[in-house]
Amino acid sequence: MKILVTAKRVEDPESKIKVKPDGSGIVQEGLKYKINPFDEIGVEEGLRLVAKHQGEVVVVSIGGKEVQEQLRHALAMGAHRAVWVNHTGPLDQLGIAGLLQKVAEKEKPDLVVLGKQSIDDDQNQVGQYLAEFLGWGQATFASKVESLESAEEKNKEPAVKLTADKKAVQVVREVDNGLATVECQLPAVVTTDLRLNQPRYASLPGIMKAKSKPIEELTPAGLGVDVAPKIQVLKLASPPARKAGIKVPDVATLVDKLRNEAKVV
Amino acid sequence: MPIVLIVAEQQPDGNLRKASLNAITAGKQLADKAGAELHIAILGKDPAKVAEELKGTGAKAVHVGAAAELEHYLAETYAPALAALATELKADFVGMASTAQGKDLMPRLAARLKAAMATDITGLGGSGADIIFHRPMWAGNVFAEVKLNTPVKVFTVRATEFTAAAGGQGAAEVKTFAPKIEASKTKFVEFKEVKSARPELTEARVVISGGRGTKGDFKEIEALADDLGAAVGASRAVCDAGWVPNDLQVGQTGKVVAPALYIAAGISGAIQHLAGMKSSKTIVAINKDAEAPIFQVADYGIVADLFKVLPELRSELQKLK
Repeated sequence: MKILVTAKRVEDPESKIKVKPDGSGIVQEGLKYKINPFDEIGVEEGLRLVAKHQGEVVVVSIGGKEVQEQLRHALAMGAHRAVWVNHTGPLDQLGIAGLLQKVAEKEKPDLVVLGKQSIDDDQNQVGQYLAEFLGWGQATFASKVESLESAEEKNKEPAVKLTADKKAVQVVREVDNGLATVECQLPAVVTTDLRLNQPRYASLPGIMKAKSKPIEELTPAGLGVDVAPKIQVLKLASPPARKAGIKVPDVATLVDKLRNEAKVV
Repeated sequence: MPIVLIVAEQQPDGNLRKASLNAITAGKQLADKAGAELHIAILGKDPAKVAEELKGTGAKAVHVGAAAELEHYLAETYAPALAALATELKADFVGMASTAQGKDLMPRLAARLKAAMATDITGLGGSGADIIFHRPMWAGNVFAEVKLNTPVKVFTVRATEFTAAAGGQGAAEVKTFAPKIEASKTKFVEFKEVKSARPELTEARVVISGGRGTKGDFKEIEALADDLGAAVGASRAVCDAGWVPNDLQVGQTGKVVAPALYIAAGISGAIQHLAGMKSSKTIVAINKDAEAPIFQVADYGIVADLFKVLPELRSELQKLK
């Protein structure tokens, strides 16, 4: 199987995000960056699939040269090679999906695996746009029921199941009030939910090896994609702060407050 | 006149998904600002009963598309059918609640309509052709004002930020249409429902959530929830550990709740979790660690062991009855 996986560069999810006073962006100083956690889950799923069915994991990221850090991280986890779409400046979901479409058409993977959302813009759109642009099936929010402590997890089995004829994948999706299973003909687009798997750590030999793995450079112009954004972010603001609460000494006081002050019980 | 089309959702059990009513309210606000007419669409194998329920919610028309191929929801069959309807109606805006289906379907539909999209909108601004969508980013640590510069604009609605549309607001014209059916490369295999006797998390008036501090023992949380008719929630760590089902997760990547009362027991208050419950009206935190970040958003905090506090809370609340 050939699997194309995305590796977006995002702020570390543990960072404190502060908005600039003029609302034009967030304060970049002191921020650390990581691979989008959902994409990292995608890399892990890709690696498990090729461990079981042979093949290749190709990782792709879009951005300035700093995104090579995230590509190297995925390569250190075990991805085979990387594609870097060199682009600086604003980009929206339509532009990203347009670029990924061209990369997919070039690479002809059996499966594109993306995080269901990026933890910076929280849009949850690119996988679905991409599937429609390519005319492929989609299985979003791929999940699995078993606990991460399960024997299956320890065996590092992929959760995305290739059918016996190897022409489709079965995916369990996390939806409202339950789990839906769908079967997608290959090639297809899968987006990962939180509990699909637990990404592996990059080993030291992996990190050393990643240094010599190839990164191919592409550009939006070279791919023939107009990436001028259609989504215009006018202003950012911090959410209204909750007024500081109080600590109560005992349950009786709490119940009194809930009854007489908050009037919720 | 511009048109706002809100897509309602039929649950696998045949009933209307309640979040659709919140999306209709958002649609109504949008229609007012844009000087537009509100229309509703409902698709399925047999959506007539749901269409009947939608008739009185204040829309101009309810468009009902029935087809056997639409029995089980798939983005690949629903998106072409809705795109054809939206094109025929010349809809300027197409929106839906941010349910699992809304989040799966709307981007695929937007791609088909060459439309830009705003996910999880929490408010609206602007007027006429210059509508501004308000939406959270970075796990709700930032709110953005966004403009979509495509002829058709697509969005999903964070249900907890809009009230549910009530019935009895006139009678919309119910129009049936023949949905455009395209072959799908994806097929439905099965749906396993996770049944609960308690209210749905996103609709409950009271939510009691447990975190790592429960060590997986939810008995006291469930007992209090049953006393109060509340829903049970959980932090990500608890779901990851397999202690409770995944669909109880409250957070950025789980469910977003905004009940009148939220009780967080043994939850430290990671950014991920706060993103899912910060809009609750009153927040109570119970945690042994006085430094836990949850106390910074809680209206009332108790620094104590949840296994001691919860039974006491139950008996104090019993006394009120």
